[in-house]
Amino acid sequence: MLTRDTRDPATLPRLLLSLLALALLWPGIHFSELDLGVLLQADSQSEMGRFVSAFWPPAHDEEFLQLLWQATLQTLAIATAGMALALMLAVPASLLASRALSLSAASRSGRPSALGRLLRWPVRGLLIFLRSVPEIVWALLFVRAVGLGPTAGVLAIAITYSGMLGKVYAEIFESVDQRPAHSLLQAGSGRLAAFCYGILPNVAAELLSYTVYRWECAIRASVVMGFVGAGGLGQQIDLSLRMFAGGEVASMLLTFFVLVLFADQISRLLRWRFA
Amino acid sequence: MTLHLNRVSLTHGNGVRALHEVNLHIAAGEQVAIIGPSGAGKSSLLNVLATALRPDNGAVEVLGEHAWQLGAHRRQQLRARIGLVHQAPPLPPRQRVVTAVLAGKLGQWGFAKSLLSLLHPVDVPGARAALAKLDLGDKLFAQCQQLSGGQLQRVGIARVLYQAPEVLLADEPVSAMDPVLAGHTLSILCRHAREHKVTLVASLHAVDLALAHFSRIIGLREGQVLFDLPASDVDHDLLDKLYANEQLLSPPVPVAPLSLQIPRC
Amino acid sequence: MNRLINLLLILCIGAAVVASFRYLGIDLGELTGSGNLKQMGAYVLRFLSPDLSAGHLQAIGRGAVETMAMSALGTLLAAVFGLVLALPAAGRFGWLLQSASRLVLNGLRAIPELVWAALMVLAAGLGPNAGTLALAMHTTGVLGRLFAEALENTPPQPAEAIRLQGGNVVWAFCYGTLPNLFPQLLAYILYRWENNIRMASVLGFVGAGGLGQMLYVSLSLFQEAQASTVILAMLVLVFAVDGLSSWSRQRWVKA
Repeated sequence: MLTRDTRDPATLPRLLLSLLALALLWPGIHFSELDLGVLLQADSQSEMGRFVSAFWPPAHDEEFLQLLWQATLQTLAIATAGMALALMLAVPASLLASRALSLSAASRSGRPSALGRLLRWPVRGLLIFLRSVPEIVWALLFVRAVGLGPTAGVLAIAITYSGMLGKVYAEIFESVDQRPAHSLLQAGSGRLAAFCYGILPNVAAELLSYTVYRWECAIRASVVMGFVGAGGLGQQIDLSLRMFAGGEVASMLLTFFVLVLFADQISRLLRWRFA
Repeated sequence: MTLHLNRVSLTHGNGVRALHEVNLHIAAGEQVAIIGPSGAGKSSLLNVLATALRPDNGAVEVLGEHAWQLGAHRRQQLRARIGLVHQAPPLPPRQRVVTAVLAGKLGQWGFAKSLLSLLHPVDVPGARAALAKLDLGDKLFAQCQQLSGGQLQRVGIARVLYQAPEVLLADEPVSAMDPVLAGHTLSILCRHAREHKVTLVASLHAVDLALAHFSRIIGLREGQVLFDLPASDVDHDLLDKLYANEQLLSPPVPVAPLSLQIPRC
Repeated sequence: MNRLINLLLILCIGAAVVASFRYLGIDLGELTGSGNLKQMGAYVLRFLSPDLSAGHLQAIGRGAVETMAMSALGTLLAAVFGLVLALPAAGRFGWLLQSASRLVLNGLRAIPELVWAALMVLAAGLGPNAGTLALAMHTTGVLGRLFAEALENTPPQPAEAIRLQGGNVVWAFCYGTLPNLFPQLLAYILYRWENNIRMASVLGFVGAGGLGQMLYVSLSLFQEAQASTVILAMLVLVFAVDGLSSWSRQRWVKA
């Protein structure tokens, strides 16, 4: 038998890939100072244990519960208001950035002309920039600009999520069958009309589903942004953590879980009804 | 002797009665074809023989063992000696053909070899030989999703050939192939069975292929054995009775059989 | 009837949005009024001349490598543990283990990464180790749930066929289920890595090292020039990871 018989063409690439992975793993562990054993050490366990034991009982006095309720409402409001602003920016941006509305693409079987691509590029670039900077960084910046409180959170969510929503909307528009819209464009209709009649009916369910999912994420993001002073539940958790008030932190974490569950249920309801 | 079914009945989970009081005795080294209309229970019969499905009543005896009276471990060892060619090849799309074929011997290999074969094929010449029998030797390192339906079926057959079982059961092994290729593949299967003294039981849609390659024909209709005769004794009257009132629904795999006269009375 | 309910829901959503703005007392008009805008504009201007001195760039380089290592290792650990937990969570080992593992996974992912980071800083001290562990914990919950769903949706036929020819459950999984599952798993891992590189930058706010810690410090000291360089470095990292991830997706996840 020829030796060609036993040689597997995939051996060399697989070997190289494994060597590369190993070569990257070593400095990775060094730079991240990874040490799983620290979780099992006696003194850090007692440290965590002491912290966690302060969680019980969770604080439940009248005044605190009032504060908790207000903070929860504030978080919900930050997320909803932020999403609303984000949508106002994202919808026009996605229409501008998406190749689905390209007139040149309609007559070139889906690929816009060079000019079409060039003009869309700045909008896409802007959307990518907006979503690449983590929302907490935006929150930190806005806290310095407009002061502590929920306004910073709303603005931070509005900016980051407009980037996310805009980019994903544009991709969703491009992912469905373009032929209905193309045939409308070729018959002389305006771009927006072709979009509304040709693409929108197909994508409505997916758009809604993604938007509702992002609203859920916005709620979680609002809590996290509170850590840098953007109001809501997060700011309260940060304050209580600093004061080592374990009971208060515990009740607030519980409230957070309930909030996330509630948002999950609402999102399921909306997705089920509209999609 | 090799395969015994005694008054085997099987009802599927959805209430459909697949087999009813089936008695079957197949000796070692025989080559048997099972024919019948769609929904007659051919797949269920082969699955029962392969110990994939447990019958509701009746005894299943394969290679001298009462399959369902064994412990799980012994039954797994028994299954390594039985090879089933599935109607729809159960091959993951992104797996390479060589790994898929070598997986045939997983029931017989130890831990180290099975692990190694996942990363680097351990027996390339063996896999190539099995595929070469079915004229697929050049597809050794292709991915399963790059093959056509007929080629995929042949890879499934190659896997069972590589497994080298003592009993070879084939569920519509040539349904996705054109008539010439189907005949060619069946003759390869029969020749392999003859040379290695393997018991071969195949279910087929195309009656003329069954009559041409197999010496014993079993006709199955509505879960019961209608006739069990040598190929020479099967005549048109029997076939009429077998396929009477067959619905005009096409079989699950879209393939046009050779010019077949199945008169509707 | 259906349309009426849908209409009602839409009205409720609209009302919720308006109520949110009122509750927070945000007056959009005042926000975009000339005074406020000028103030924000002046603040933004201070960011437009980043500090590119050699010393600062070196510090940023080290911070960037720390952040990248944090995100990559955290995601990798989470992939391993997530897969281990996903097997019982998909019901492969019975009902009791399924409920238990689902509970663990939900608990892990419900706690946001920042809270995990605060906890890990307590346990492991300041520095990137806390960040890696925090990311690993949270991402295990997320990936474990996604993996379990993917596992439930894979066709069982290949694995059953291998069981039928005498192979044991382990090889049935490796040869039958894993090849089908692997592209989906890889897609989820890459998607979480893209998310984690953003989070890793941020965990530094609570002391978990990397670029986040540098950003927090420089913003607190009102050193906008240094801060803007850090933000630029974060952007570069995010782009790099997004690019790598989409290349890997093209290469290994698509057919």
